Amino acid sequence: MKLPIYLDYAATTPVDPRVADAMMQCLTMDGNFGNPASRSHRFGWQAEEAVDQARHDIAELINADPREIVFTSGATESNNLAIKGAANFYAKKGKHVITVKTEHKAVLDTCRELERQGFEVTYMDVEENGLLDLKKLEAAIRDDTVLVSVMHVNNELGVVQDIATIGEMCRERKIMFHVDGAQSAGKVKIDMQALKVDFMSFSGHKVYGPKGIGALYVRRKPRARLEAQMHGGGHERGMRSGTLATHQIVGMGQAFKVANEDFDKDHAHISALRKRLIDGIMSDIEEVYFNGTPEQSVPGIVNISFNYVEGESLLMALKDIAVSSGSACTSASLEPSYVLRALGRNDELAHSSIRFSIGRFTTEEEIDYTVQLIKDSIGRLREMSPLWEMYKEGVDLESVEWTHH
Amino acid sequence: MAYSDKVIDHVENPRNVGSFDKNDPSVATGMVGAPACGDVMKLQIKVSDDGIIEDAKFKTYGCGSAIASSSLVTEWVKGKSLDEAGEIKNTDITAELELPPVKIHCSILAEDAIQAAIADYKKKHGE
Repeated sequence: MKLPIYLDYAATTPVDPRVADAMMQCLTMDGNFGNPASRSHRFGWQAEEAVDQARHDIAELINADPREIVFTSGATESNNLAIKGAANFYAKKGKHVITVKTEHKAVLDTCRELERQGFEVTYMDVEENGLLDLKKLEAAIRDDTVLVSVMHVNNELGVVQDIATIGEMCRERKIMFHVDGAQSAGKVKIDMQALKVDFMSFSGHKVYGPKGIGALYVRRKPRARLEAQMHGGGHERGMRSGTLATHQIVGMGQAFKVANEDFDKDHAHISALRKRLIDGIMSDIEEVYFNGTPEQSVPGIVNISFNYVEGESLLMALKDIAVSSGSACTSASLEPSYVLRALGRNDELAHSSIRFSIGRFTTEEEIDYTVQLIKDSIGRLREMSPLWEMYKEGVDLESVEWTHH
Repeated sequence: MAYSDKVIDHVENPRNVGSFDKNDPSVATGMVGAPACGDVMKLQIKVSDDGIIEDAKFKTYGCGSAIASSSLVTEWVKGKSLDEAGEIKNTDITAELELPPVKIHCSILAEDAIQAAIADYKKKHGE
């Protein structure tokens, strides 16, 4: 077993060897290096064929038409293109947009930009379990609402929003519906024929593909329209100009193909490891809090807060495992995770949260090592924690007068 | 964030972790910080009849710098008189541990903890 152990698959994944092989065929003189837009020779035709195959493989995972796939540089760009592109296209109908406070920054910051352009944006609260209350969403919809953007799977918590029902609500009212699917592709079954989603963003590198490539699903029937954000040679049916990066696209296509073929295997493997991790931690350590909702969650993401232990010191103690923390203490800002705050978690619990994300290459041995390391570290840090001592003495920490600084 | 080897050493091998009986007349306690701010330090000193700090213990809830600052302070105050201990400045701690600028508040908190412990001792002994 190699240390440190990688448990940050929600941040990014290693490229699957099957994907790397396919990509390497598209780089050198002997390979498929041509410009897919070149129409006058076989270098171009072959590259175009490889791109078409990738488009087909990506569409297949989500049960869509290949012509509904627009390649971008990643999910951030896809989110920008869908949200700004659709809001601007439909601005004549209204200038109100709805999104959620726990969205990824790529959605939130794009919505902020729309506000600067004169749109009005409603940022919905979530319930304690991280999920939207659909009645509240319905109440927030107005006559001038043109776009709703809700992520499928939350990147910090793993909770799965009910995009099927939200899609129905939007379609009935002729409102465009965008979904950030960066964390859901390959983890949740996605059926674009059944879902009433107009735009959906995808990323290559969350699915064992390369970084720097993503896609935006743009519905054909009924037709979803957007204004291009990147102008140039009119690639991707005018929606996103720029020479198609054959090797990246082939990588993403192969990654989605593998995700489709291995879906059940991956799901079973990751679910078993998730159970092992949660059981190991929750059964043996007091004062741990599960963030999110286990009933409606992807198996790969486990977010847990350890009370009376501070986040950065916990991360330092866990240096043999690569995880993410809800505490931004390691950066210049001292703000804890805005996602955990949105659930109503207090600052202390938000600061002391750890996101474990499990993937295709995680092993049982790695999970067992992690559980033992967590137990030892939490024990050691609590021995050192005055808050733990007070808790054990029965002191109500809420009643203590702290010297704020 | 890149911490100095000294910080890492204090975090991995903290000195003098623990508690004294706070009702012991020779023991004084200083507790500073707040959970919502991300750090709470408890520093306890055990003072001899002639006013020398014989022993010190700490418990800290906080980041690596906060743990290292309080661990270091327990080493520094031992053997000092109350007045000498009161002269320890946060800048001494920052310099010794090579704390990054965003973590200077941890050294200030450690200085505050010493002052709070000294004040508690004086209060206990009617000074």
